[in-house]
Amino acid sequence: MPSENGALVHLHDVHKIYHRDRIEVPVLQGINLDVREGEFLALMGPSGSGKSTLLNLIAGIDTPTQGEVRVAGESLGTLKPSRLAAWRARHIGFIFQLYNLIPVLTAFQNVELPLLLTRLSARERKKRVLFALGLVGLEGRAKHFPRQLSGGEEQRVAIARAIVADPTLLVADEPTGDLDARNAAEILTLLKRLNEELKKTILMVTHDPHAAESAHVIFHLDKGVLQP
Amino acid sequence: MKYLGLIFANLMRSKRRTFLTVFSIAIALFLFCTLRTVITSFEASLRASQATRLVVRHAASLVFPLPLAYRERLSRVPGVTGISYGNWFGGFYQDPKNQFAQFAMDVPTFLDLFPEVILPAGQAEAFRSERTACIIGAALARKYGWKLGDQIPIMGTIFPGEWRFVVRGIYTGQTKDVDENTLFFHWDYLNESLPEGRKSLVGIYWLRIASPDLAASVSGRVDALFENSPQPTKTETEKAFQAGFISMIGNVQLLLTIIGSAIVFAIMLVTINTMMMAARERTTEIAVLKTLGFSDGLILRLVGGEALFLSLLGGGLGCGLAALVFRESDFTGGGFFPNFRVLPETVLLGLVLAALMGLLSGVAPAVQAARLQVASALRRVA
Amino acid sequence: MAVPLAYNLRNLSARKVSTVLTALGIGLVSWVFIFTLALAGGFQSALQATGSHANAIVIRSGSTAELTSIVAREAAASIESQPEIARALDGAPLATHELVVLWNLERKNGTQANVVVRGVTARSIALRPKLHLVQGRMFRPGLEEVVVGKLAEARIAHCTMGDRIKLAGRQWSIVGVFDAQGTAFDSEIWGDVELFMPVFDRPVYQSVTFRLDEPSHFGAIQKRLEADPRMSVQVKHEDEFYAAQSATLATLLRGLGLFVTLVMALGAVFGALNTMYAAVGSRTKEIGTLLALGFSRGSILTSFLIESVLLATLGGLLGLLMALPVNGITTSTMNFASFSEIAFRFQVTPTMLLSGMIFAAIMGALGGFFPSRKAARRVIVEALREA
Repeated sequence: MPSENGALVHLHDVHKIYHRDRIEVPVLQGINLDVREGEFLALMGPSGSGKSTLLNLIAGIDTPTQGEVRVAGESLGTLKPSRLAAWRARHIGFIFQLYNLIPVLTAFQNVELPLLLTRLSARERKKRVLFALGLVGLEGRAKHFPRQLSGGEEQRVAIARAIVADPTLLVADEPTGDLDARNAAEILTLLKRLNEELKKTILMVTHDPHAAESAHVIFHLDKGVLQP
Repeated sequence: MKYLGLIFANLMRSKRRTFLTVFSIAIALFLFCTLRTVITSFEASLRASQATRLVVRHAASLVFPLPLAYRERLSRVPGVTGISYGNWFGGFYQDPKNQFAQFAMDVPTFLDLFPEVILPAGQAEAFRSERTACIIGAALARKYGWKLGDQIPIMGTIFPGEWRFVVRGIYTGQTKDVDENTLFFHWDYLNESLPEGRKSLVGIYWLRIASPDLAASVSGRVDALFENSPQPTKTETEKAFQAGFISMIGNVQLLLTIIGSAIVFAIMLVTINTMMMAARERTTEIAVLKTLGFSDGLILRLVGGEALFLSLLGGGLGCGLAALVFRESDFTGGGFFPNFRVLPETVLLGLVLAALMGLLSGVAPAVQAARLQVASALRRVA
Repeated sequence: MAVPLAYNLRNLSARKVSTVLTALGIGLVSWVFIFTLALAGGFQSALQATGSHANAIVIRSGSTAELTSIVAREAAASIESQPEIARALDGAPLATHELVVLWNLERKNGTQANVVVRGVTARSIALRPKLHLVQGRMFRPGLEEVVVGKLAEARIAHCTMGDRIKLAGRQWSIVGVFDAQGTAFDSEIWGDVELFMPVFDRPVYQSVTFRLDEPSHFGAIQKRLEADPRMSVQVKHEDEFYAAQSATLATLLRGLGLFVTLVMALGAVFGALNTMYAAVGSRTKEIGTLLALGFSRGSILTSFLIESVLLATLGGLLGLLMALPVNGITTSTMNFASFSEIAFRFQVTPTMLLSGMIFAAIMGALGGFFPSRKAARRVIVEALREA
């Protein structure tokens, strides 16, 4: 899984420019970054600094204007959209700020979603879903809909969804941004556990310095430039 | 397959919207099946036509009769294995609005030449042996509540006066397409009641031929036989004869097809609109699914599949309802549609149409969803 | 205060695709509505208008159409000598005796039709005020010449001026075309009754038609003729006679049309409901804002209702525009009472167009009511919170 220099994630001279109504907005300028397997990395910076963009590039849901993004041995820019989707399903677990659970599906069905893309049988899928829900402490709520869960519980379901397919990399975009202090603490504890006990590599974007303390490494992104 | 759960859950997102959409599609298909059945019921007579029967009538028009004397010569035409004859009576029961077919038939040969008219044991004999007897179709009996032994008064229009017949038989059709709304009585009874100048005149002769491929040659021979007589004939297969009637009804088929198409098209427009509006609410979700690794192609199929599912549900409902409603009813639209029932082919056509509607209405939202750029979609929200 | 109309108009134009699709859908329903009304109306008016109330027609009692009727020569002579019959300028009775047969002819498009061939006298045209020769001349008695109605000329093969048509084994020259203003006569072929009788081997007439000198005398002559033992006849007003023939089919056409349109409208209303619910749903925050600003709930309801009706009326307008070209299109069918070909025109009247628009507006109101009510009932705080 590691690439030439042993890094799980390798970014080299990455630029990203957005085009908004014919105005060019440079969001990332000359980013270089290496993340090792098993690391817990926090990315901080003011709003508009391009943190989410960087995360999107690493997760393969966006492509750089210039430069190379290598994750888990694949150079993402070379992959076709359909292959990229398949790659993403295998390697990335994404956690959103607003949880983004599908409201018409139960907690179980939400967590099951990534597994639908695999060839596992229904029984196999059920086993893993319950396991993931168990990890986040919510097996009892499997049949509930998102609207019946609190904010903290929704995020935990979202985390279960992110890990259920055993991805290479967990990517979290402001995971505690919408939660109160107590729930935020619970989520961070959970993430730390996933990193320490299950050896999951985690990339977390946050503007909360307290949240960043859970990580091993903190990077700062300001005006598109990365500083450790 | 495994994505059915996703599709179904999504349709339950707004039960009201799903209900309204399914029902509007059901309505469209119900109407389509009904209109199509108007057309196919006209054609029932075509389907019931016997390939081994020819119809001989006056060349000018049905209005003119043929002499009874023709019978002898007709039966001697090579290829003819049976002959019967009859006159259209054209009366009504009590009220001119109560229209149904009455035929004065040559009873000795009638049942032989028309095997699709099925009478229970004994009734055929009763019919044959009594001069004023008549047999009626089962549907006709149901409609007016007539039973064996009832006396039916018919007011004649072509043959004026009140005529009375006794029901000695109730027939059923061999197939569902055979008309069960006719009354048959004795030709001899009609003939003997007519004044001298109008006796021995036949409306139509029916010929049975040995095999269907003899139709063209026998028809030609018969018409050649009487070509230069004062009453020339026109002989054709029963199917052609019925088709001639249908074509006289003119553009009705075209008109009904136009209306039917307009209906389906209108509802489809509305459905497309609904699907597109529904899709707009789901951009974030689609983005999330793509983030999880659902490919563009899969998303296309899922959204398209939803539209298809809805349409087939609505289509099945509409077509099924039409088939049910018109199966058990003896609806004849005032006597115009003796055989109004929804054919299996019509239901199938309706379902295909529904599927097409589903695919077409799902295309736009499906393509839109497939093309969604994840990054920009997510950016819009957070 | 009322929500400004501009708000609704802007929203309709902002959702262009949705607006067009819904309007078109409602427009089509409205179109079908007008189409079926025009069809039934055209058919009925062709038959109804055929007769005149000032004329009476005598046919055999028990017959419902001329075709099955028999009026002997002597009977005809006796009828035409009755005192209640109006006199022409030359003093002779304004009456005619006619022969009617059906002849199997080919239409220009190849299909078969039973065409009414009528043997007439010199008085026949005078008795039908709606009928005028518009091309050529009247046939000369005793010669193999015929005149044809304008719809027969248009639809039946060999019926144009100067052409010859084969009837009863002879060739007849078309010497004139008449216009009967869309009535049943427009589909007929007329020739000399005295010549037709031997040619078609019909020694009797089918009907006698005459003009009443006084409308009030109808009762008297009807009673006398119907009681006469030498002939068994019935006397009817000419217009009622023809109207009765059309009744069944026209009723059926109207019934079918109404059924189709109503059911279709139900489908369209469902569609409109869907659209409006979605519209309301997507504008929840705006509604909350409007309410917070001080607009009353009633004004919100009215506003959305108006929007729905506007949308539907736009559809109605589209339906109207699409219906206009239908007017005047000729089609034909079989008059089941007389078994004969009757051509008629689609008749789109201003009343029908107005009905179509009102129908559309009603669909809009029905489809908009519940969603509008839902819009008006939103709890302000919740509405503002929604994304």
